[in-house]
Amino acid sequence: MTALALPTGVDLHLYILGTLLAGAGVTVVCTAGALVLSVAAAALLAGLQSFGGVAARVCVFAYVEFFRAIPVLALLFILYFGLATIGLKMSPMPAAILGLGLNGAAYCTEIFRAGILAVPSGQSEAARAIGMRRWQVMRWIVLPQAVRIVLPALTNLAINILKNTSVASAVAAPEIMFLARNLVNETYLSPQIYLSVCLVYLLISVPMMKLAGWLETRVGVTAAKR
Amino acid sequence: MARNLETWMPLLLSAAVQTIELMLIAYAIGLVAGAFLVAMRLSTRRWLAATAGAYVTAIRGTPALAQLFFIYFGLAELGLVMSSYQAAIIGLGANAAAYVAEIYRAGIESIPRGQVEAARAIGMRTPMVYRYVVIPQMVTVVLPPLCNQGIVLLKETSVASLIAAPELMLRTRELVAESYMPLELYVIAALMYFALAFPLAQAVRLLEQRLRHPR
Amino acid sequence: MPAEPAPDRLAAPGAGTREIVRNEKLRKSFGDLEVLKGVDLVVEQGEKVVLIGRSGSGKTTILRCINYLERPSAGAIFVNGARIGRVGADGAERDMTDAEIAAARVEIGMVFQRFNLFPHLSVLENVTIGPMRVRGTPRAEAEAMGRDLLRKVGLEDKAGAYPERLSGGQQQRVAIARSLAMQPRLMLFDEPTSSLDPELVGEVLRVMRRLAKEGMTMMIVTHEMAFAEEVADRVIFIDGGVIVEQGPPGDLLRRPRSPQLQLFLQSVLERR
Repeated sequence: MTALALPTGVDLHLYILGTLLAGAGVTVVCTAGALVLSVAAAALLAGLQSFGGVAARVCVFAYVEFFRAIPVLALLFILYFGLATIGLKMSPMPAAILGLGLNGAAYCTEIFRAGILAVPSGQSEAARAIGMRRWQVMRWIVLPQAVRIVLPALTNLAINILKNTSVASAVAAPEIMFLARNLVNETYLSPQIYLSVCLVYLLISVPMMKLAGWLETRVGVTAAKR
Repeated sequence: MARNLETWMPLLLSAAVQTIELMLIAYAIGLVAGAFLVAMRLSTRRWLAATAGAYVTAIRGTPALAQLFFIYFGLAELGLVMSSYQAAIIGLGANAAAYVAEIYRAGIESIPRGQVEAARAIGMRTPMVYRYVVIPQMVTVVLPPLCNQGIVLLKETSVASLIAAPELMLRTRELVAESYMPLELYVIAALMYFALAFPLAQAVRLLEQRLRHPR
Repeated sequence: MPAEPAPDRLAAPGAGTREIVRNEKLRKSFGDLEVLKGVDLVVEQGEKVVLIGRSGSGKTTILRCINYLERPSAGAIFVNGARIGRVGADGAERDMTDAEIAAARVEIGMVFQRFNLFPHLSVLENVTIGPMRVRGTPRAEAEAMGRDLLRKVGLEDKAGAYPERLSGGQQQRVAIARSLAMQPRLMLFDEPTSSLDPELVGEVLRVMRRLAKEGMTMMIVTHEMAFAEEVADRVIFIDGGVIVEQGPPGDLLRRPRSPQLQLFLQSVLERR
């Protein structure tokens, strides 16, 4: 990078824009991957919590409390730098997605648990009264309604994961923050570049915040009517 | 290993104290600035409300790391140079203010309109309404979310290590650079954060239960 | 509260009558609070029994014990001759499994005070989900039966609508159709009209009257005294967790013998 001369003028703007957009793409991929991992793991954990015995519930509690109490940065360092010393080398992106996913799963488990509890008990009573078994009640009556209820919270979780991807820059994941830092080292245009980065984040997060708000009003209406 | 721990622990513990210091100062700033922000947000003057709203959205929609980078590196380029510690305090404080303002707002809006109307009906003006009707009831509503925000802030201080602000994560990185034992050190650091955050989180949970069923 | 001995209806049923429900020495406590303090009750096929009493007297709890939504603390419940909740002879007794309880509940229909319709399903789907998922009835058959039931309760034009668009009275009629779709032998009604605006009560009572005329065995908890007088074969007054008086509605409601029932009827009449 230092061997090549820095482009100037319009080319410079295009270079910066291109780099930031590439970074944004990686950021989105990272967020999506971590979100999928979070939801999948949380579904498993929430299931264990609801249907498992005392031992299962204790394990889920330990997992949730631990991964909510440690900073994401520490977790990423452990996964990327720490595990390498015992032979488990990971490249930056998998480490980032794994770390963000493990962290996200902890929050998501709580979201799922709250969602299931939010379905009025009368629903499962009515379902039981027509002879449904517990798994049928879950499958046909409780879970479909719980999913609607948790959508706003899940959207907010997605926004948080998006913001957390910035921390992955510390383990050299090629997302927008990392690329921005390199750009600043090259061009010294730090205020412009960091503001642009903020703008890019806002372009993704503000629509998501609006979506969460809209989902909340829709869920709120149906919940209030009961 | 034991010998390493002997050398590491005093350093890590003093860094942990720095972390707590950083968190408390930023939190104090957040609590105060948040109050001003929410006052602006709920003001009848539209430009005040819009500005505060834009600020809150901008902070909540961007990562704290980007905000810290802008304040520390970006402003320096524009002539405003400061130490990483100062940048961390300003950045984390300004960040917390936005979240705190939203917590305050939710608390205020949780008071039923009818009570405010009743207070006005007996002649109270707005400052009195807040002092005697809104704020006393708001306290129980905002206390748990505010405490949770404190815990979030505690973990957020780790991000300040990336602008070389003196706190636990930075000290851990320095020790890793010396000793080449990242796994042990980062796990210890994580456990130290856990030791701080977990009891606080349980305390908040107890607080929430007590507030819901006062006996 | 001293309970007067109720006129005994627990004599062994004569040949030819079928006991649909039998409660023996039913007790139920919620924590420290004992809500049912020994209830003995028999309901025969085709009988319409109305339970009346103050809030907290235990009348709803009796209903909820019968379909095992509440687990009795002591005593036995038999539906259609089979014991609910526990199986096996003395000494080798065990609690029923989830599957066994669910199977038992197919025979019992319950209509709730707050309807409890499934909001994410249409009216027709609410009625057909039981037959389809629990009994395994094929969709076409279930839907045909469902539409027929909706016609019976006067709502066949609402088959595709969702519960939130229906009035309270309409929702409750759908709830009745949903229970009937399982072809139960016994229908339990837990204050079916208490959540309804007064002008909507009539349409639900009409459906219940028609069910009664068709010979369904019904146990109804209600405050609607006029309806009770019209439909019930027997009215049971519950107070303090025990049956205080029971008998034909004409007798019980117009010539109450126990002081508790007299007080209760006075307060109910004051409400009008």
